[in-house]
Amino acid sequence: MNAKKKLEVVGKSRRRVDARAKVTGLARFADDLTLPRMLHCKLLRSPHPHAIIEAIDVDKARAYPGVHLVLTGKDFPVPFGIMPVAQDEYPLAPERVRYVGDPVAAVIARDEKTAEEALELIQVTYRPLPTIASPQEGLEQPETRIHDYGEQGNIHRNQSYEFGDVEAALAASDHVFEDVFFYEGNNHMAMEQQASLAHIEGDGKLTLSSSTQNPHYLHRQMARALQMPASQIRVIACQNGGGFGGKCDPAGHEIVVSKAALMLGRPVKICLTRQEVFYQHRGRHPILMKFRTGVSKDGKLTAVHLQTLLDGGAYGSHGPASTFYSGVLTPVTYELPRFKFEACRVFTNKPACGPKRGHGTPQPRFGQEVQLDKIAAKLGLDPAEMRLNMVTQADSLTANWLKIGSNGLAECIRQVVERSGWKDKHGKLPEGRGIGIACSTYMSGAGVSIYWNKMPHSGVQLLLDRSGQVTVMCGATEVGQGSDDVLAAIVAEVLGIDTSVVRCVTGDTGLTPVDLGSYSSRVTVMMGNAAMEAAGRVHELITAAAAEQLDTLPEQVVMSQGRVFAADNPNHGMSFVEAVVLAETKFGTLGAVGNYSPPKQPGKYKGSGVGPSPAYSFSACVVETEVDRATGMVHIPKIWVAHDIGRAINAVHARGQVIGGVYMGLSEALMEEQAFRRLPPKLSAALVHRIPSMLEYKTLTALDMPDVEVMLVEDPDPNCPFGAKEAGQGPLLPVMPAVANAIWDAVGVRIDEVPITPDKILRALVLKREGKTPRIGPESFPEVPYPESVFVLPPGEGGDGNESKNVSRPSAQSSQSSHSRMEVTAS
Amino acid sequence: MGITATVPGKVHITLKVNGEEMEVSFAPYKTLLEVLREDLGLTGTKHGCELGECGACAVLVDGAPLLSCLTLAIECEGRAIETIEGLANGPELHPLQEAFADLGGSQCGYCTPGAIMTAKALLDNEPEPSSQRIKEAMAGNLCRCTGYQQIVESVEKAAGCCRHAERVKA
Ligand code: FES
Ligand code: FES
Repeated sequence: MNAKKKLEVVGKSRRRVDARAKVTGLARFADDLTLPRMLHCKLLRSPHPHAIIEAIDVDKARAYPGVHLVLTGKDFPVPFGIMPVAQDEYPLAPERVRYVGDPVAAVIARDEKTAEEALELIQVTYRPLPTIASPQEGLEQPETRIHDYGEQGNIHRNQSYEFGDVEAALAASDHVFEDVFFYEGNNHMAMEQQASLAHIEGDGKLTLSSSTQNPHYLHRQMARALQMPASQIRVIACQNGGGFGGKCDPAGHEIVVSKAALMLGRPVKICLTRQEVFYQHRGRHPILMKFRTGVSKDGKLTAVHLQTLLDGGAYGSHGPASTFYSGVLTPVTYELPRFKFEACRVFTNKPACGPKRGHGTPQPRFGQEVQLDKIAAKLGLDPAEMRLNMVTQADSLTANWLKIGSNGLAECIRQVVERSGWKDKHGKLPEGRGIGIACSTYMSGAGVSIYWNKMPHSGVQLLLDRSGQVTVMCGATEVGQGSDDVLAAIVAEVLGIDTSVVRCVTGDTGLTPVDLGSYSSRVTVMMGNAAMEAAGRVHELITAAAAEQLDTLPEQVVMSQGRVFAADNPNHGMSFVEAVVLAETKFGTLGAVGNYSPPKQPGKYKGSGVGPSPAYSFSACVVETEVDRATGMVHIPKIWVAHDIGRAINAVHARGQVIGGVYMGLSEALMEEQAFRRLPPKLSAALVHRIPSMLEYKTLTALDMPDVEVMLVEDPDPNCPFGAKEAGQGPLLPVMPAVANAIWDAVGVRIDEVPITPDKILRALVLKREGKTPRIGPESFPEVPYPESVFVLPPGEGGDGNESKNVSRPSAQSSQSSHSRMEVTAS
Repeated sequence: MGITATVPGKVHITLKVNGEEMEVSFAPYKTLLEVLREDLGLTGTKHGCELGECGACAVLVDGAPLLSCLTLAIECEGRAIETIEGLANGPELHPLQEAFADLGGSQCGYCTPGAIMTAKALLDNEPEPSSQRIKEAMAGNLCRCTGYQQIVESVEKAAGCCRHAERVKA
């Protein structure tokens, strides 16, 4: 694109390309699909949290009228899992169940009711095993092993990284603060229950239409679990009724209906019940965290030692990545010269945890931002000023070698402080009312694919023809975030047409080039850059053909508002369609591909692949609260959030993403929890989900939602299409700590765990009245057998991004004993 | 009631959906949600729980919003059922549909049919609801995407458009 023009599509508030289908009920979600001769599938799930399957008798179920097929673990000998290092799941459990809800058998019948009736005829003999309810139990009872792979006992992943000598830095700090936090697990609760329809096409190939965020990874895992060539399988991601990470993992039921369709030669559908969605889970990991943070007198960070302990649930899922994410982004927001990060994920007999909006980062973000608030209070600093004084800079490297590009955090802080009237409110509101601030950052796409390869992360193919139609194909997946609209907008902007001219074909492994999926906030940047490249190539062909006709140079040709003309003579030109005809005449059939791979990252140590991103978004949030001291109820009148988005592709929907993130964060802060309880021993002592229903799993409703004022900070990032960074996950992250900090400002109690429920506030208020430390939260952090650290010198200390072996670190051996020489504040 | 058992185990009745009479046979225990989606092919109405907890399945029966997952279809004989499919007038969207599309009231779109139908019942009865009234009316329609703000803004805008249209007609 040479002839420059103003942006005509990007940045405007436009109706999304898929809006009409959604408001008319025409959008087709997976459960909306039916096919002739379709059968229905239901799963039998384990009532035991941990047991050996001694026998399964399916004869009666098989003989039940209307039943076509019964499958068990025997039919699925090959395990699967999204991460190559954690393929530990079977579509149906073959010999062992690991949580209440683990599927053990499937019935395929003429309708759901018949299938359900037949499930009751299946007899499973279980031999119950001891159960692990928490990571602490998992560490204490290594002899009860949930999986026979992993680091040791029930430890799934265990790791330690140290960037510079942290103990030395802590010892030299004016203050060291030590805090322990807990963040309870929670579920995505996307409104759509997962559904999948498998069928065999006329050519004998298998097609699966499914609620999935990652058709590409699902495609690979289906080939693996079904032991057939991927070329014989087509995965179509339907419209998703929300994802939030819950539809990222390939799921057992997707493979079960596929197998059934292959065996029966008939379409087979399944739709999970809401209760089953809570069992399938893959939600937020419960994480216990300990922060030891060194600070100088003037409130600058000297070092952070972060330890995390993750409750992984029964399977690997994205666990290896989740473990990294429980710490790696910690150094991105504030200048931090040295950083040590130890993390451990433990298997428990509960539904598997996985990625939920923010994947692993909301938990440590909560801890760090609440701790900063405590530090500011202790040092007598304004929490907003203190943050502003230590924000990271654009184009800098963090201690753990992440490369930050554009950085609008300072501007975000300034804007929320200004708009919220922070200076007149913080510490100045009447008792019972308060205000709190917190900040955050998130990746615009993970720098490395989930399985190791050097191929592009996103591919886009454009087709145009003499009719003037523009078809853009990409494997990217619409989960509600507006990815189709971003795709259409970028193509439309480059080609100077309206988005209504563009037809999007997405998320279909049979038709579209590979895109890795809708996770890690990667779509706008990766698909967007690939689309820019493809559209740029078509732009070249069209302008070259039009230039001949216009008797000018191709560089002089402008494509704008459906017309193609010479820059110096706008009235002399042609329609877009006429230009396409010229181009097809000159060059033959028109089309182009584009693709994108993230830039190489400076970190070279083993494990440096998790955390890098082409661009980081930043957010700042101020929350105002009113706390009822009699009931502990928290009322939130207003939230201000500023998000550094680089550039909004569609202003109204970018704002919608931000508000939606704030909503989910607030709902997590105040009420959402995926909690479990043990049944009494005479009822098998099973670990059961306390609340597998939408009624009991509390979320905010329209009535509870405060007014959210959104400020978009637009400082285009050079790595991003039109400068656009992510908006889908980042704005959720600062909300939980801002709420906790506002409660402190309101009533002077610290709730160091999420969710912050009225009972916890009341208990803290009682402690306060009794003159005790007014804090509710975990009391201690257990002994975790973390491995020896991988030591890497930070960029500021002459490192080259590699592990430094044989560095002499006198303090490393005596890490805990150095405490006595420091002023340690249990803040 | 003109219920005749023509197929064993099924009832055969006429339902009036979006102003159209539709004959349909179904097992008598089926909910309105199931009959709309499975027997009449009207999949615009969604479900998020099938237990009366989420509002995704809301349709209008005689003008009132009803959770179709808790309503037996046979109880709806002779009553006027309205679903999202009947809202647009030919190619012309209803003001609520326009507003939800333009103002971000719909992201993934899964809660949208239930939300729009609930809002329609509100506006049919109260043409000038306050934003508090809108939030009360929509409190039973869970949405995980929007944070509700743009839904409320959409309903407010649609209310304005509906009133304007009324004035023009008058
Ligand atoms: S499906 Fe009817 S209320 Fe949820
Ligand atoms: S728009 Fe997705 S649930 Fe409401």
